[in-house]
Amino acid sequence: MFYIELIFLSTMVKNNEIIKLRKVCKYYYLGGEAIKAVDNINLIIHKGDFVAIVGPSGSGKSTMMNLVGALDLPTEGDVFLDNINIKLLNESELALLRRKKIGFVFQTFNLIPTLTAVENVMLPMIFNGVDSEERKERAEILLKNMGLEHRLNHLPNELSGGERQRVSIARALANDPEVILADEPTGNLDSKRKQEIAEMFEELSKRGKTIILVTHDLEVAKHAKKKYQLKDGRIVK
Amino acid sequence: MLKDFFFLGLNNLKRRKVRSWLTMIGIFIGIAAVVGLISLGQGLQDYINEQFEILGGDKIIIEPKNIGPPGSATSKNLILTSKDLEVVRDVKGVSKAEGIIMKSGVVTLKDEINVVFTLGMDEGYFELFENLGNFEVIEGKELTDNDKYKVVVGYNHAHGDIWDKPAQLRDTITVEDVDFKVIGIRGKIGNPFDDNAISIPKETLKEILNIEDEESQIIVKTEKGFDPETVAKDIERRLRASRNEKEDQETFDVTTSEQLLETFQNIFMVVQGVLVGIAAISLLVGGIGIMNTMYTSVLERTKEIGTMKAIGAKNSHILTLFLIESGLLGLMGGIIGVILGISLAKAAEYVAGIYIGSPLLHASLNPLIIIGALAFSFIIGTLSGVLPAMQAARLRPADALRYE
Repeated sequence: MFYIELIFLSTMVKNNEIIKLRKVCKYYYLGGEAIKAVDNINLIIHKGDFVAIVGPSGSGKSTMMNLVGALDLPTEGDVFLDNINIKLLNESELALLRRKKIGFVFQTFNLIPTLTAVENVMLPMIFNGVDSEERKERAEILLKNMGLEHRLNHLPNELSGGERQRVSIARALANDPEVILADEPTGNLDSKRKQEIAEMFEELSKRGKTIILVTHDLEVAKHAKKKYQLKDGRIVK
Repeated sequence: MLKDFFFLGLNNLKRRKVRSWLTMIGIFIGIAAVVGLISLGQGLQDYINEQFEILGGDKIIIEPKNIGPPGSATSKNLILTSKDLEVVRDVKGVSKAEGIIMKSGVVTLKDEINVVFTLGMDEGYFELFENLGNFEVIEGKELTDNDKYKVVVGYNHAHGDIWDKPAQLRDTITVEDVDFKVIGIRGKIGNPFDDNAISIPKETLKEILNIEDEESQIIVKTEKGFDPETVAKDIERRLRASRNEKEDQETFDVTTSEQLLETFQNIFMVVQGVLVGIAAISLLVGGIGIMNTMYTSVLERTKEIGTMKAIGAKNSHILTLFLIESGLLGLMGGIIGVILGISLAKAAEYVAGIYIGSPLLHASLNPLIIIGALAFSFIIGTLSGVLPAMQAARLRPADALRYE
């Protein structure tokens, strides 16, 4: 595990490419037939970019998201995350990479229903071995920054949709990752909350985070600096 | 980190309260049965050991070979006689040998009638034992060879529920129409046979029951430095010769106190083994219950597992989390089981105390059993969780997140 850390350190300074996809394909097999969810994609995202990936459902957005987030491996081609080819890592190395580099925000929030807001934000820090006092303090600060200081000890089902998504953004920031990967983060929210969350990403981008926003909502995508359109597993624009 | 995992595990068990309880029932029934049976069994063993300590390891017991309790009808050639007693006394290594007669008879006290065991004994009988234990007279005095129509009664006659009006010193007890004066009351021994019996001089018992020459039991004290087992073999050989019997067709049994203890312990171990075996089966079923619950839980929480992996949980984290959860299910089942088991054993002891007045059923609480039972239940829980936990740990994050 130690050598990964070394690679991190040595490559972080070399260039400012944080994500690179090279001829990436991902096939699914359904009834013996290969379905190309992602078809030969080349893409480079630099540190600090705010990128929106738009496209209708079934265009391969989520699959691409999983590949970029090291949740899945490509069938062909290479995915580099901070210049590390994720193909070469085993399960626990991938987990370490995700934990250090990426914060995930999901459409359905994916908060742990038995844990309070503050405990949910603390969870990634537990896996990261942060000691209990520090992680509590940090989780509280993150939630306060999200305007949730009055909701710290509420369970997810006691929170509104917008509040839940803010908790999940706070969770994504828990280990201070370089990249925030948001998969349809506004899909379950009304237009007012949509606007709020989109602005929050803009704010994070200003503070230097690399944001990758997958959405089919052009209104939300407008906030991004770069836009890629996906269709049938290919980048068309 | 482990502390956090215990917190997360407990949290999840609380979320599915009803299911957790139902799952734990499987474990705690088994553990309660094991703990209850072992502590009662241990109590019984303690009691047997105690009784044998009083009997002493140097004793040999000779009885006619019969089926049924002592004193039940036996055919003529199956009885032991004073001639046999003389033969036994003559064997090398025998320090002392005494015969005792045990007969059940009709006994009357203050117009109340009962059938009780009557022991006919000589003064010499008491000299066999260094320590009579509770067989000792606690009120009044012991029989002597000069007494004729005197009786020493067992504890239950004076303090138990044999008589509506309990026997007291100087009362008159009628045995087979002959009056006896109560001169002593024995201490509480704990087994109903002894506590309900009465003792009168042997010669008197022979006289009132018209017994010519019979010994129900001969007890031998081995001389110091002799092996009771060897002496028992000699006694068997000599008795066979004098009674004209062939080997393996003897009409009498010679048993050393060691052998008697062994016999008891063997029976005891078989009974305990069977009972604990049954309890073990219920624990196995309980373990399968935990496994089932954990599989369901993995399925239900697939998306959650995906989320945890996405935010940085390693396979080993997920594995640990689920193992702790199933281990906790086992452990909590075990805690309830131990409490229930002890309560059941204590209840059995209490009920037996009231209805039989016997310390035979005594719950012996050994901390080792309790700790062992708890450790065992945690291990069962953890082992039952291994397969489901491995399944959870192996889930691919992308697939798990997609799961609905």
